[in-house]
Amino acid sequence: MLIAVLIPLIFAIIVPYLSKFKQKVHTGIFVFFIPFSIFLYFIRFVGSDFEPVRQTYNWIPSLGINFDFYLDGLSLLFVLLISGIGSLVVLYSVYYLHVSERLGHFYLYLLMFMTAMLGVVLSDNVFVLYTFWELTSISSFLLIGYWHYRERSRYGAQKSMLITVFGGLSMLGGLVLLSNITGTTSIQAMIAQVDVILANDYLPLIMAFILLGAFTKSAQFPFHIWLPDAMEAPTPVSAYLHSATMVKAGIFLIARFSPIFSGYEWFFIVVSIVGIVTLCWASYMAVRQTDLKGILAFSTISQLGMIMAMLGFGTGAAVFAAVFHILNHATFKGSLFMIAGIIDHETGTRDIRKLGGLFTFMPMTGILAIFGTFSMAGIPLPFLNGFYSKEAFFASTLELESTGNAIASFLVEAIPYLAVFGSIFTFVYSMYLFFGVFTGPAKLDKLKTKPHEAPIGMLVSPFILVLGVIVIGLFPNLFNGTFLIHAAEAVNSTVELEKLKFWHGFITPLFMSLAVVGIGIVFYLTRQKWSNIYHVLPGKLSFNKVYDYIIKKLDDVSAKITDSYMTGSLKTYMTIILATILVVTTFFMVVTGGFTISTDNLAEVTFIEIAVVLVITIAAIATIFTNSKLGAILITGVVGYGVATLFVIYRAPDLALTQLVIETVSVALFLLCFYHLPKLRKRTEKASTKLGNAVISIGFGALMTIIAISAHSTDWFEPISNYFIETSYKLGGGHNIVNVILVDMRGLDTLFEITVLGIAALAIVSLIKLRHDKEAK
Amino acid sequence: MEIIISILAGVLITTGIYNLLQKQFLRIVIGTVLLSHGAHLFILTMGKLKRGQPPILTDGVTDYTDPLPQALILTSIVISFGITSLLLVLAYRTARENNTDNMEELRGTENE
Repeated sequence: MLIAVLIPLIFAIIVPYLSKFKQKVHTGIFVFFIPFSIFLYFIRFVGSDFEPVRQTYNWIPSLGINFDFYLDGLSLLFVLLISGIGSLVVLYSVYYLHVSERLGHFYLYLLMFMTAMLGVVLSDNVFVLYTFWELTSISSFLLIGYWHYRERSRYGAQKSMLITVFGGLSMLGGLVLLSNITGTTSIQAMIAQVDVILANDYLPLIMAFILLGAFTKSAQFPFHIWLPDAMEAPTPVSAYLHSATMVKAGIFLIARFSPIFSGYEWFFIVVSIVGIVTLCWASYMAVRQTDLKGILAFSTISQLGMIMAMLGFGTGAAVFAAVFHILNHATFKGSLFMIAGIIDHETGTRDIRKLGGLFTFMPMTGILAIFGTFSMAGIPLPFLNGFYSKEAFFASTLELESTGNAIASFLVEAIPYLAVFGSIFTFVYSMYLFFGVFTGPAKLDKLKTKPHEAPIGMLVSPFILVLGVIVIGLFPNLFNGTFLIHAAEAVNSTVELEKLKFWHGFITPLFMSLAVVGIGIVFYLTRQKWSNIYHVLPGKLSFNKVYDYIIKKLDDVSAKITDSYMTGSLKTYMTIILATILVVTTFFMVVTGGFTISTDNLAEVTFIEIAVVLVITIAAIATIFTNSKLGAILITGVVGYGVATLFVIYRAPDLALTQLVIETVSVALFLLCFYHLPKLRKRTEKASTKLGNAVISIGFGALMTIIAISAHSTDWFEPISNYFIETSYKLGGGHNIVNVILVDMRGLDTLFEITVLGIAALAIVSLIKLRHDKEAK
Repeated sequence: MEIIISILAGVLITTGIYNLLQKQFLRIVIGTVLLSHGAHLFILTMGKLKRGQPPILTDGVTDYTDPLPQALILTSIVISFGITSLLLVLAYRTARENNTDNMEELRGTENE
């Protein structure tokens, strides 16, 4: 199974080399065999006696992160969808993408996506699942931005990336919490510990995190905004990623974690509400679109909302209907996207206002579109699979059991009506999609080319998918016992196998369907009259605007914040740094009780020292107030010589010597620069600035003084200097202890201090010698 | 005496920092010089002052002043000198290239 998952990625490495021959053989031909062989590999598992298969390959065993592949019914359904529709999409893309395109890139991204998606549905390990999850985000980003020279493509790619990665990261948070609570990284092991999770205080947080991940990926309200913009991708990508596979990853996630969360009443409330709202809002908005792919995008969102709502209900019938609809939706939506691509390909536009009367030009495409759109609308005809899942959906809305709290019981009352409401609009846009494109007057003057039938190769894939629509429609129980029931059991173990029938007699779901068709026809025929409602709702509001506003605000606010402190002024930075040190250190000293002052064990005070100290103090303060260059330099010299005097008094001959020499050289250096430096100007600051500077510097000086005194007052351990004094002659062979320390005991300090001087000297030389030749500019 | 020297170190650090917060490069260099003097006195005070003879072995003397802080300060003096001289030359070159030594005017172009 590891091979099956990774083979697309491995093959992706050699795709660029294959694309070199694209003039002779279209690269897609080579690629086609990869998903097809995966499909053949997994189709073997289908059967009524199916048992879950588990395989483990070590990756990071020490962290419990391994390739745990767990193939149960749910994974199998998705794997077959991914590989099956993947094969058809590759086949379709062979005819859709011209060899002048960058085929190597396209198939590389597509294969990368295939591996990622297979990994998501097969991983039992939460962290491996997350890894593949983000890989789907990345490859989707690359595929949406495939025509990167188009501004809209880049915008759509960025939008989908930001939203899905935002969700993915929050999902990671939920998964980490889950694995911490249960002490395992395996989803199946977590399901076994469902009581532990349900009893945990973090449960609402975990659920919120994981649902966020699922809702963003599956384009649920209000995160649906990225999907319409992702329609900038090439049509095969839209058909594959944004109808059949990637957008169902969130659905898969919720289905996968259903056994854990379904015992929690908020799961039902949140998922059902979000699903139903998505269903209604997106189908309502779809009628407004003028772009074929825009209609299909909103249609996908609303159908995903419907599946999401059914998973939220969580009853056996609802779960079975959800699984059934996942399969059905993939068949008709995939074919419709391909048909939209064909129309775009043959007429040069996807704008439904410019299209019409295409049935005479493209009869084959038209016939395929009839099945696709009518199945999407859920029209009660015995050869359309969409009707069965819609019927099952209505039936499941009627069979909800309230979990007892007020919101839930209100929901149970309201959901059937909302479901009908959303389905009416679904009917309207499906009809609009078909009749608006294929019937009515042909507007040939608005088209660039005279439309004609698509090449037969392009029609193969939608034909196979429509065949799926019809076969499932004619024999709705064909796959149930062997295939779908296992998928539903993985979500909810109480599912019972029901026989789907076209005719159940006169029961409520049938009346609901008939109501949808009846009201839908009225709405469709009067579409022009009520379309003004869109000026009222959503009117000027739209979630895209909210998103754009957030992105813009993020930019502006971060720029503002950065500009507020990154002023480029050295003084500001120094102030911030020093103030921070001051506050933090003082706080720390106060909290830990670090201030101690003891006056015992002090050296005696003599007059001469006091005199020197006073001189240094006066000179140091004078450096601030002087306004002459020469004065400033000389006063600094005074401080240096004063410190040297102190060294003499405190019995540090070497220090005094060094300090004297260095002070002399420093003053000389200052005087060297003196001539070239601009005059010292008067300090022209506001009084408030002066005060601020004074507060910081005095505070800092006082802090250092107190630290010095406190350090001096505490005597925790003996100094180690006795060792130096004792062994200076014995080991170092010298009488001057300081020098022995410098070159014997702590020679490394001295070595690198020499290095520092060397580097400084080199830097100074290069600063003076190397100049930009002003003539050369 | 240690307390007085601690206060002196504090004064040197205060004036050093006040100079660091000025606009002119030369004042900033002076500030760093004062700051390093303060630090040296700080280290010296830590090792107790005037507790015996200078740390040069002579017969008959048993107590010496702590030699370790002195070694540390000696290293530090040399390093500060290297830094100061580099800063000075930098100040000189900066002033020559840009015709100003006001740090507020040397912010770079994107902030103007």
